Order: sequence, then structure tokens, then C-alpha cells
Amino acid sequence: MYNVARSPSALQTSARRRRTATTWFWKGIAVLVLSGISIFVLFPAVWMLSTSLKTNAQLFSGEVTWIPRPAMWSNYVKAWVSVDFTRYTLNTTLYAGSVVIGTLVSNSLVAYGFIRHKFWGREVLFAILLGTMMIPGMVTMIPQYILFSKLQWTGSYLPLVVPAFFGNAFYAFLLRQFFMGLPKDLFEAARIDGAGEMWIWYKVVLPLSKPALATVALFSFEGAWNDYVGPVIYLNDPNLYTLQIGLSMFRNTSDVTWQFVMAASVFIMLPVVILFAAFQRYFVEGAAVSGIKG
Amino acid sequence: MSKKRFRPSRGEVRESLISYLFISPWLLGFLVFVAGPMLFTLYSSFTNYDITSTFDWVGLRNYTRLFTDRLFLKSIYNTGYYTVFSVPLGIAVGVLAAVLVNLEIPGQKLFRTIFFLPRILTGLSVLLLWVWVFNPEQGVINSLLNVVGIHNTPLWLNDEHWSKPALIIMSAWTALGSVVIYLAGLQSVPRQLYEAASIDGATPVRQFLSVTIPLLSPTIFFKVITGINGALQSWVNAMVMTKGGPSDSTLFYGLYMYRIAFTDMRMGYAAAMAWIMLFITLIITGIQFWGSKRWVYYEGEGR
Repeated sequence: MYNVARSPSALQTSARRRRTATTWFWKGIAVLVLSGISIFVLFPAVWMLSTSLKTNAQLFSGEVTWIPRPAMWSNYVKAWVSVDFTRYTLNTTLYAGSVVIGTLVSNSLVAYGFIRHKFWGREVLFAILLGTMMIPGMVTMIPQYILFSKLQWTGSYLPLVVPAFFGNAFYAFLLRQFFMGLPKDLFEAARIDGAGEMWIWYKVVLPLSKPALATVALFSFEGAWNDYVGPVIYLNDPNLYTLQIGLSMFRNTSDVTWQFVMAASVFIMLPVVILFAAFQRYFVEGAAVSGIKG
Repeated sequence: MSKKRFRPSRGEVRESLISYLFISPWLLGFLVFVAGPMLFTLYSSFTNYDITSTFDWVGLRNYTRLFTDRLFLKSIYNTGYYTVFSVPLGIAVGVLAAVLVNLEIPGQKLFRTIFFLPRILTGLSVLLLWVWVFNPEQGVINSLLNVVGIHNTPLWLNDEHWSKPALIIMSAWTALGSVVIYLAGLQSVPRQLYEAASIDGATPVRQFLSVTIPLLSPTIFFKVITGINGALQSWVNAMVMTKGGPSDSTLFYGLYMYRIAFTDMRMGYAAAMAWIMLFITLIITGIQFWGSKRWVYYEGEGR
């Protein structure tokens, strides 16, 4: 009202300029806050790398050194041989690999079973499947232990690997959500061509679902690789120990050699970090499809 | 509804059978590894079961004894304390970071990558890393505090008053790994809404409160549910980092249950604890779903 004399275009320009200025002000604040949060995120990780390269003297000097000089790369070798990490890496790889295979096979079968055809009781069973996601892991931990000790499976990998072949509510749900988005015509066309259901599952559903399968593989690998409580409860033979148990052994000695703990931590975490980096695209897609897990 | 009997054709029976075959791995797994064992522990929670020698009916004694068990009550307090602080803090930090990253700012990609770090650094390694970070003498936090002139530094995990706050700080770091999830939610917010709001003269803060939060509320709701369940069940952190100490200040529910079951082998007592936890989880989840009607906004619902 006060700017009647000014042309409409001049009014718009000044309003836009003011808006641009405030936008830049807020963006500046955003970058500042994000930098603060980033420092909080980064400092433990950088501290881990830095510690892994320090000598005992540097560790106890009381100064904050981020880049140790000289850098003790030999800490990594010493950490690797101080406990039997070669064996533990082999064990953990076999364990995680079996879990991934079991998880992929069983859950993709189950997910396909839920979408391929309407059947009596489907809605009720699917509701039960969703419900089991709400059951706390610690509630089933004790009864499962009792079951496996009655089966005399304790002391072996069976209690850790076999359940992976019998489906998992979360992964089955994630895959089912993805499979629902696949074009049903493809299944029908295959059926008309006389294809069996297993063939459709293997040759049509699985090849089209690589992002979802990659997400499930990644999560289940991470779960098994990082599992600590499971191996602690079920494994008692040192020859069967996993990387996580190996790492915990550093802690049991009276004076902890932190540079070795950190060096071992770096190489234990590395495979998961690499896999996440490699599968990041799939992971974000999978997370968007299911809206879940982080 | 008419009570017409459902008479499936032979073909439909066959199709249903095939479907059941496909879902049979989960069905079997559910019966053998979840439902069956849980019913078994429900029964054993009324006994003095210890796996090897005793299995006598004791009625409600396990349950009544729990509520006079000082350590049990302490573990409930510790778990509640941890949940009440860690969940809101984690969600607030995660949403804040995601909303800021989602602005068109310089360095967006770099920030995204940095916030992915807590998601991919996982396992025992991270727990041990934080033990070292919190180390009272050589840890980086206290060393930095010394550098800026604060010498009366906390003992963190070695002090019963600081142990829970220390674990909560760590949980905020972990929660930043969820920024990716919030970003996925934010990306679905149509840009026109912000443009319309800013033309109407809404400040960025106002836009955040009136546009971003309502449209992000389904994601936040999901995080509240899983976050509370996760916090109620977190105990491996305490098992590894503090062994429940000092003075039982980090004895969480799950850790106490683990000790009762696997150190003392009092399975009946532990089974009662497991069922109480199941009830607590169900009640809290139920309350949240009921309360969600008031604040969670689903698009197309129309308000």
C-alpha cells in the first residue's frame, strides 16, 4: 500500500533480494550447526585411527595428538598376531556367509509365498509376522537357549546359523514390500508359458529384486559379523571363536593396550564399512521402500 | 454378512497349498523358535526351573519376589532413565541434522557422508572405542577439557553419577546414523509447500514447525517406536563397557536378566523377567499407536 509509487517489478525485486539475504543468513547458520555436529561425529573415529598408530609413550603423554609421529603401522601386525585373528576371521566369514545365504533363501521364499496368491489365513499370518517384529530379542533369547541346549547344539555354530534358514519377520516383510511392487503380469505370463512356481521365484522374482536382496544381505551380514552375545552364549571352544570375541579378549587382560584394541577394531570394522560403501545406493533404496531400519 | 460357506475349488486348494509351502520356512521357524519356546518360558516362569535339576511349580512366587528384588527395581530405574533421555535426544539431533542437510547448502554431500559414519561403524569395536574416548586419564574428552582449562573432569564410566549420561552421549552419536532415514522422508516433502510458505512470509523456523515436522511425522513416529524398544532392550553396551557398574548404575534390565539366566542359571526367575519385559513393550507400543492419532500426519488424510 505504501509503495504505490514504485513499479510492481521494483517491489518484487526488493522483496526477492531481502528473501535471498535471509536465506543466505539461515544457510550460514545451518552450515555452522552442521559443522559442529560433524565434529562430534568425526572425533571418535579420528581418535580411533590416531590411537591405533601410537606408541605406549605417546598414549600416556597426556597431550592430545591427532597425527602421531612416528606412525606405528606395526601395531596392526602386532594386534593381528596377538590373538588368533586369522582363525577368527575365517570362522566369522563362514558364519556370516551361511547366515546371509540362509536369510536370502528363506525370506525370499516366504515373501513370494505371501504375494503370489491369496490363500486362506494369509492376512492373519501376515499380521502375526508383523507382530513378531515387536517381540524383544531378549524375550526369545532364554527360551531359545533352553531349546538349543536340549538339542545339544550348544558349543557349535548350529544355534547361530540354523535359525537364519527359517525366516525372519523383518527381512520377510522388507522383501514382501518390494515384491508387491513387481509387475504381476510377468508372473502370469510365465505361468501361461507353463513355468513352475519355483522357476518363477528363481528366474523372475529374484533377478528383479536385486536392490532389496542386496539390502537384506547387507543387514544380515552386518548382524552376524557384529554379533557378540550369540557367540558368547553358544561357543565355548576357542577354535570356534569369532572376531568380536577375539576383540573382547583384549579387554580381559589387566592393562589394556589401547593401540592394539583400536588397530584390531579398524580391521574388524573394515569389511562392513566397505560393503556399506559399495551397496550404499541399494541400501538407501531399500530403506526408502521399507521406510525402515537405521 | 451372509453366512455362505466358503467352498474353494480344487485349483484354489492347490494354489493355497503351494503358498503354504513357500511360507513354511517362516511358519516352522515361528512355531519352533519363537512361539513354542515362549509358551515354554511362560510355563517355566511359574516354576523354579534351572535347566538341570529342579522344575517345580512355585505359582506366582517369581513375580512377587521380583518386586522386592532391589537389583530388579534398580535395573528398571536405570533402563527408564536411559530411555527417557536417549530417545528424545537421539531423535532431536537426527531430525535437526537431516533438516539442515536437506537445505541447499554448500558441502551437502560431505555432511551426508559424515553422518553415515555412525551407521556403518558398528559392533563391539564402537563400544570399546567409546570406553577409550571416555577414559578419565588418557581419553580424548578429558584431555581436551584439560586443554581448555577444565581440570575437574568427570570420571565418566567410572563414576556412578556420570555413567548413564556417558552412555546417553554415545547413544546420540549412534542416533546420527539415522540421518539417512530422515533424509529419505524429507525428500518426499514437495518443494512447492516451502515456496508457498515462504511467499506467505513464513520464517524458516515457522516452516520447520508447520511444514517439515508434520510431513516428517510418520518417519519420526517410526523412530520413536523402534527407538524406545531399542533403548528398553539395550544392555550389550553396559555388558561390554561397564559390566553394569559402578555401583550397579548401568545395570540395565537386559543385563540383569542375562546374569540371572546365564550366570545363576535361574531360568524360572529370568523367564518371569522376560515376560514382564514383553508386557512393558506391548503396553508402551500400544500407548504410542493410540497417541499417534493426535500427532502423526498421513498425507491424503485431510485435516
